[in-house]
Amino acid sequence: MSNWYMVTLVGEDRHGIVAQVTHALFEGGCHLGEASMIRLGGNFTIMLMARCELESAQVEKLLQPIADELGLRVHIDPIRGHLHEHRIPNVRVTVFGADRAGIIAQVTGTLADAGLDILTLESDVGGSEERPLYIMHLEGLTLEPIEAMQLAITRAGLKDIDVRVSAIDTVMG
Amino acid sequence: MAVLPILTYPDARLKEISNPVERFDTSLRDFINDLEETRRAGPSAVGIAAPQVGHAWQVVIVDVSTNRKPVPHHGHLILVNPEITEWEGMEVGREGCLSVPDYTGNIVRAQRISLSAFDPFGNKLEFKMEGFEARAVQHEMDHLDGLLFLDRLVSRRNDLFLRKAQKKYHG
Repeated sequence: MSNWYMVTLVGEDRHGIVAQVTHALFEGGCHLGEASMIRLGGNFTIMLMARCELESAQVEKLLQPIADELGLRVHIDPIRGHLHEHRIPNVRVTVFGADRAGIIAQVTGTLADAGLDILTLESDVGGSEERPLYIMHLEGLTLEPIEAMQLAITRAGLKDIDVRVSAIDTVMG
Repeated sequence: MAVLPILTYPDARLKEISNPVERFDTSLRDFINDLEETRRAGPSAVGIAAPQVGHAWQVVIVDVSTNRKPVPHHGHLILVNPEITEWEGMEVGREGCLSVPDYTGNIVRAQRISLSAFDPFGNKLEFKMEGFEARAVQHEMDHLDGLLFLDRLVSRRNDLFLRKAQKKYHG
């Protein structure tokens, strides 16, 4: 019977990690689903959906030599592989401002209370060490009018950051 | 009228270049009726192109008049042998396609276009359109050139900021 796993790898970024990891999974009989790799603060991170006949411990064993060689930490979770069920976002939120603690918590908390389900979120810290800049993009789905999201953000009084809430109107053709 | 089967990627027929319509006859209009019925039967599509049902004809239908968020529009458009004669500005927007189920992506399109086409009886049409309607027309016209929105995908991560309009003309 085929099992789905979420394979998570974290470590110092270096050349060729994705190629080596995915090659090992392929050679081990794993079929990959959706994946997301990103550098966060210079660290390599990837999450991969993998489907195979192996047990969790066997998948880990498959990856351990490469993980040891490349200095990666491996985490494997059995999951249900829900493919072909993408939800189409209808709201995009862009946030930027001088970095401080609590931006993401305040913005996402406000939006969640206003009825937004976040589907994707990415944030970066740019600027300089002396003047760090926080930038966040998120996309979500809501049944509420977009004006309700905008009003909620306005009422939250986040005056030190710029928050733009805009509609994603998808052309389906 | 009939609901026609929608071709989905990687059906090779979606990569074919469509031929101009030469005869504006009953068979063309019957086909257009079927195409419209097929569009309406799908999941809230604002447009459809003949190649999506396996007909390599330069015919598209676009109707953004019932969009959830009201947008400028010219009503229900049947465009035969459409041609973009002028375009201006560029912007990123989200698109999906009946021929590419369960995926949407960000695509760069012209903000404003001038368009010439014929109606199902061979009468010349001309439009100037913008925004969502212009995007829908460009999406459908790509099908006539054997292109899917997948051919024009840009990164979701890096193209989310609004872009300043750039002017450019051709044609």
